[in-house]
Amino acid sequence: MCRLFAITSETPLSPMRALEALDVMREGHDGSGVGLFMRDLGGPFEYMKEAPILSGIFTETGIKRLDDFMMEIGFLTKYRLSIHISEAPPPGIPQRDVYLIRAYDYPKSWNRLSAREKYARLLILRLELQEMGMAENDMIVFSFWPDVIMIKEIGDPLSVAEHLQIDRAEIQAGVIMAQGRQNTNYAIDLYACHPFFLEGYSTMTNGENTAFVPIKEYLISREFHGYRGYQSDSEVFTHILHYTIAKLGLEIECYKHIVTPLKDEDIDVHPDAVLLKHLKHTCRRLIIDGPNCVIGSLPDHSLFMVQDSKKLRPGVVGGRPGVFAFSSEICGLDAVIPDRDRSKDFQPMHLDTAIVGPDRQEVKICSQTQPLPLFH
Amino acid sequence: MFSDPAVAPFSLSLKDLPWWIDWDNSKCTLCGKCTAVCPVHAIELGVFRRRKVQTPLNFSAQPSQETSLYYGIRQKTDPASACIGCAMCSMVCPNDAIIPRRSDEADKLRYHVDQGGSPRNRGGRRNVSESLLDRIKFIRISMLTDPALDAGRHEFELKTLLGRVLPPEENFRRMKEREWIPPIREIYPLIIGSMSFGALSPNMWEGLQLGVAYLNEELKMPVRICTGEGGCPPRLLRSRFLKYVILQIASGYFGWDEIIHAIPHMKEDPCAVEIKYGQGAKPGDGGLLMWYKVNKLISAIRGVPMGVSLPSPPTHQTKYSIEESVAKMIQSMSMAWGFRVPVYPKISGTSTAAAVLNNLSRNPYASGLSIDGEDGGTGAAYNVSMNHMGHPIASNLRDCYLNLVKIGRQNEIPLFAGGGIGKNGNLAANAAALIMLGASGVQIGKYIMQAAAGCVGSESDRCNICNIGRCPKGITSQDPRLYRRLDVDLVARRVVDVYLSFDTELKKIVAPLGRSTTLPIGMSDALGINDPAVAERLDIKYVV
Repeated sequence: MCRLFAITSETPLSPMRALEALDVMREGHDGSGVGLFMRDLGGPFEYMKEAPILSGIFTETGIKRLDDFMMEIGFLTKYRLSIHISEAPPPGIPQRDVYLIRAYDYPKSWNRLSAREKYARLLILRLELQEMGMAENDMIVFSFWPDVIMIKEIGDPLSVAEHLQIDRAEIQAGVIMAQGRQNTNYAIDLYACHPFFLEGYSTMTNGENTAFVPIKEYLISREFHGYRGYQSDSEVFTHILHYTIAKLGLEIECYKHIVTPLKDEDIDVHPDAVLLKHLKHTCRRLIIDGPNCVIGSLPDHSLFMVQDSKKLRPGVVGGRPGVFAFSSEICGLDAVIPDRDRSKDFQPMHLDTAIVGPDRQEVKICSQTQPLPLFH
Repeated sequence: MFSDPAVAPFSLSLKDLPWWIDWDNSKCTLCGKCTAVCPVHAIELGVFRRRKVQTPLNFSAQPSQETSLYYGIRQKTDPASACIGCAMCSMVCPNDAIIPRRSDEADKLRYHVDQGGSPRNRGGRRNVSESLLDRIKFIRISMLTDPALDAGRHEFELKTLLGRVLPPEENFRRMKEREWIPPIREIYPLIIGSMSFGALSPNMWEGLQLGVAYLNEELKMPVRICTGEGGCPPRLLRSRFLKYVILQIASGYFGWDEIIHAIPHMKEDPCAVEIKYGQGAKPGDGGLLMWYKVNKLISAIRGVPMGVSLPSPPTHQTKYSIEESVAKMIQSMSMAWGFRVPVYPKISGTSTAAAVLNNLSRNPYASGLSIDGEDGGTGAAYNVSMNHMGHPIASNLRDCYLNLVKIGRQNEIPLFAGGGIGKNGNLAANAAALIMLGASGVQIGKYIMQAAAGCVGSESDRCNICNIGRCPKGITSQDPRLYRRLDVDLVARRVVDVYLSFDTELKKIVAPLGRSTTLPIGMSDALGINDPAVAERLDIKYVV
């Protein structure tokens, strides 16, 4: 079972903090891979919040193709953080040419576009780059979005971090999600590594998704070009989150009502019974069956955690005003926020959504039995 | 009989018959119960002559002979009285002296059943016992990476939806605008399919209804039963139990005068209305209730004269196109109940099912589609229709489901599958396979007759005389002397038994797959079969 750690902090932190937490929980992952998601960036990126940042792994020829492609459209590099690895990687980590984190200025012709239109085009470009990379095997693109950096690599998390020299002043973030992978596939595809990202929404999960095929088919048939990929059965959690908020216009509190609706007898006595019944019927194909613990990040910089409704994976949230963390295990929390009030640690159960908002002042617990805020 | 009798082309010997009566003279008490019970008068009291020749060992005495008589059972060989293998004789025999046995080769009777130029007509199913559904295995067992569930202790949500489910965006829009939202029923995924009052005896019908009511009221299992095309008894129409009933309308409209007149008096809406356009046992053919079964009660409920055969037309005569027959009829039936009742068509399995489905998907009032495969049963049909017409259910259903997936409407129009489910007794496994291929639920008919009422019919052409009203168990007879054999309460009890055991077995299938919070509709990654061609056709895994 993979190990998850996410942290949200008023002052930007190095992702090493999250990786250290993963290292404390290393008994729970086999060092076969690591994924990092960062937003609300510090360092040089703090001054270019609107600039879309491309994160990925490239070969030398891939970089050239990327540059040609981007210049053709009119994107100009605003800031570049290329990690060129000169020495051979330690055992278990593949040899790569370039790990790229690059912020761009939008093409001038995009100036007249609304933010919404720009974002829609960013998604199309990311998908196009992914396809180009898969065709020639020279690019792996994780994200292309303002104020977001993603790094994924095969290998032990700390070794990867040292190899990539992640512990540097330029890489800091207020919201960090990290996953240490317990590999259950023979071949590791980096597109199957968590966290997953789509238009500002990101989630990582542990456990297995037994309802994967019907959910995947349903998402694909929504005819939204972003719903694709699915090298991992966990990618659907990100897309369901995106669908819930971006497509249906619901709040985060409804996410759990979609993936794990209440039992009928509980819906009957719920103040929003009519809405919940309709939600359960119309979104029936998005119901998950676990076992899953999902940690996610929203565009407003909130972090949240939900569990499936039955089998539950370990998960705890704790911290102090200003910094809160979500962790698979309490030892992960202890490693990163030892000076917190442990009596306030909370382990979300089958009805709970634990949310730490952008103000990072408290953990808000929503139970599915409570009225939905949106409608009251 | 003459020692050198005239042999007609259609003269048959016992050897030519499909079933032989094996009678043991040494055990028989000549009580006559077997000859009395035989529904086709295949056996009769026989007087047999026995001659004994005695030849003395010494030459002084002359040889002599002695002639005696004995009484026993004689099997008739004329086609009209050929044994059907129902084995009621065996059931009533106090001394186990008699039993029908299957002949050792293909019978010759089949060439002579069309005496008078009328081809064979019968009840039952396609006379082929093999089942593709039996060969499908559930292979995605949750092991270590995700723990399997405990079928006995976990909670399971196995209900399904019958009704048009809107896309979420459209549903919320209508909620906000307070517009009409199609009715949806939460029901148990195993439905007792359409068997009419008329095809079934009053006792059988009452037993099924009683069992269904008990399952709902006492065990909280939302089981539904479809009336078939034969109307519905007036008291049921005016009772609160109507909500457990799916009313069927078919091309004969039998019983609908009574139903329409009862609408103002209904305490509850029916569960749904099924418009039958076809059935798997006799696709492209109408319903048929033969004159034997049209007695006073049946004629009253159906609104027809007594003693006449009731063949429904193959299609709804007032409709001339799919737009007419589907769109307008669905809308009319919806309107009759104020758009509060789901209305869906039932068709026989056919290579044109996807076209019907495409049409339905654009009809805002269509609540689902029921497809009845080639192995569906019937009370009466031509043998040729049953054995040779129709489409297998598995690929038909799968094509339709994948078609819905392609257009993104897999959650909007539920598909219900029928035809041969549990044909070899594997009810839950067959149902689960169809659900994972894409069915929202399944319909059974023959299985519930066999399990709840002891129907002896089989695909080796045993019994299968539902059409002539002489069902030896009283299940499909309208003759009180026959149907009083069937105890209503015992039928109800067996219906409950069947559902409870099905429920346990279904959990035993879905729990190891790691599924419990919702019915695993379309979970095709769980399915495998040891035939590469079938695996490819159904888009499931090939496993050996």
